[in-house]
Amino acid sequence: MNPSAINQEKLEGWNRPPIVEPDGEAELLEVAMGPHHPSTHGVFRMDLALDGERVVRLKPVFGYLHRNHEKIAEGVSYLASMPYTDRLDYICSLTNNWAYALAVEKLVGQEVPERAEYIRVILAELTRIQNHASAIGFLIQEMGASGTPLMYAFKEREKILDLFEELTGSRMMCNYMRFGGCRVDVSAAWLDAARKVVLGLPAFIDEFENLLSSNEILMARCQGVGILRPDLAINAGVTGPMLRGSGVNYDIRKVDHYGIYDRFKFRVPLGDHGDIYDRYMVRILEMRESVTILDQALKEIPGGPIMDPKAKIRGFRPKPGEAYGRIEAPKGELGFYLISDGSPNPYRYRVRPPSLINLTVLEDMCLGSNVADVVLIFGSVDIVLGEVDR
Amino acid sequence: MYLFLEDSLLGEGILKGMAETARNFAGSFVSAERLTTVQYPEEREAPAENARVFPFLVFDTADAEAGLRCVACQICEKECPPKCIYIEKSKDKKPDYVGKQQFYPTRFDIDISVCMSCQICVEVCPFEAIKMDTQFELATTDRFGGLLLDRKELSRSNEYYHQIHPTEAAEVDARLAEEKAKADAKAKATADAAAAKAAMPPPAAKAAATEEGAGD
Repeated sequence: MNPSAINQEKLEGWNRPPIVEPDGEAELLEVAMGPHHPSTHGVFRMDLALDGERVVRLKPVFGYLHRNHEKIAEGVSYLASMPYTDRLDYICSLTNNWAYALAVEKLVGQEVPERAEYIRVILAELTRIQNHASAIGFLIQEMGASGTPLMYAFKEREKILDLFEELTGSRMMCNYMRFGGCRVDVSAAWLDAARKVVLGLPAFIDEFENLLSSNEILMARCQGVGILRPDLAINAGVTGPMLRGSGVNYDIRKVDHYGIYDRFKFRVPLGDHGDIYDRYMVRILEMRESVTILDQALKEIPGGPIMDPKAKIRGFRPKPGEAYGRIEAPKGELGFYLISDGSPNPYRYRVRPPSLINLTVLEDMCLGSNVADVVLIFGSVDIVLGEVDR
Repeated sequence: MYLFLEDSLLGEGILKGMAETARNFAGSFVSAERLTTVQYPEEREAPAENARVFPFLVFDTADAEAGLRCVACQICEKECPPKCIYIEKSKDKKPDYVGKQQFYPTRFDIDISVCMSCQICVEVCPFEAIKMDTQFELATTDRFGGLLLDRKELSRSNEYYHQIHPTEAAEVDARLAEEKAKADAKAKATADAAAAKAAMPPPAAKAAATEEGAGD
């Protein structure tokens, strides 16, 4: 993506509030926000330098939740890293599973049966809906509406998590996908239950929008705040709803057609102001698009095996080489980069976490804003510290 | 879909949202569907059939010691991602469910403070010996010894397994019965062949007998 391709005229009025340089004598107030819950996302610290109410400098400090995921993965077999990927972005474990499975499948040249591909799409889209619903819930929570919208989101999320539990045995740490397919087959009863949940989703999104979209407080707090210019977003490597909220049409489901995404009709919602409200709206519209993908996938799902009979889940040695598998996770581009040296463990294992890279533009979005808006801007990035720190 | 604040009638959106919450509040009195929580621990929801918490070891016969399916092959110990399983293999052997002489674990410990409930031990076990429990109320006052479960504490009967995962357990039993039938037929065939070959030169018969062990 080339930033110069963006129509500069369109960017009139996209600038963040002017940063008023403090006078030489004015003293800056340094505030350490966190590390204990600056919001509901995890353990993260922001070192702010304030001129009165305005942010002059912001330094994100993370690493409090570092647990050595990449190095551990280099010491264990390929299969043993699968449950660890659940713990990266613990809200959407199934998409993490998929990205890792995709990378290993690329490394060993493994095909996936069609039914398994459909199951993966269904689970990934359900994950996207529950992630976006809770992301919006957290965002509104950070605005000060403590509870109500978050509980609405969680009510619906719980229905989806019940589906996950019924299928995979766990609500959040699903550990479901395997190299060359999925672990257990979905039953007809599960598919019916999923159809029933999906049928209820549009009503939930309508209700959620009624509750929030035209709320004057939300509009006043979100519009024109935390603006991210598309050229900066591209240069910083921002992906996901953050990038699309800034009006850049880039969705890996459309770009890569990984899995079977070329078979489904769906649109990519784009924002045209790049502020928090656009990010909120892009997430709402993405939920609606996910519902249409789910409708198609649940209608078309074929029979057949869920696992390639030749596939090995353990004790295999990939040929020396490297592979990068990436998917459009709910938070952005999630990639796994693997190098094999022919041993049963990966020689190098690297995660490209969307949360960490989306967080790099935090300072630029926050400069010149009020302190109260910083929390809101941080919430609109939609990060999970499990993935940032790994 | 960008709604501008300047275009909206002030207060309209807030009232719309409040109408939504009011409808849910009033609705919770008439429709049970809108009540999404239960009053734990007085009320409990049954766990999903596939639910998994921590592993346990399955035994078949009435005696937990003798009927343990585990043959101490140590695959789960090797594959366990957080390495929370510790197995010591026996020196002697005892017959397993098909009657084949196998090792057994003299020690089988799982540290459930380390276990992350990933189910990989269940997946890699070729003997259907380790399965996932649904019991989650495991709080203890001793965080070291109380969370290190040994072979005795981990053993559960096959009936218990049927009780918590009925579908899965039935499948496992069918698979084991099939294996046993196959093993029995094979043992019978080898025994017959061995009997027939008894009159023949001894080396061949000896080889056949050692290959199958005491399969009878």
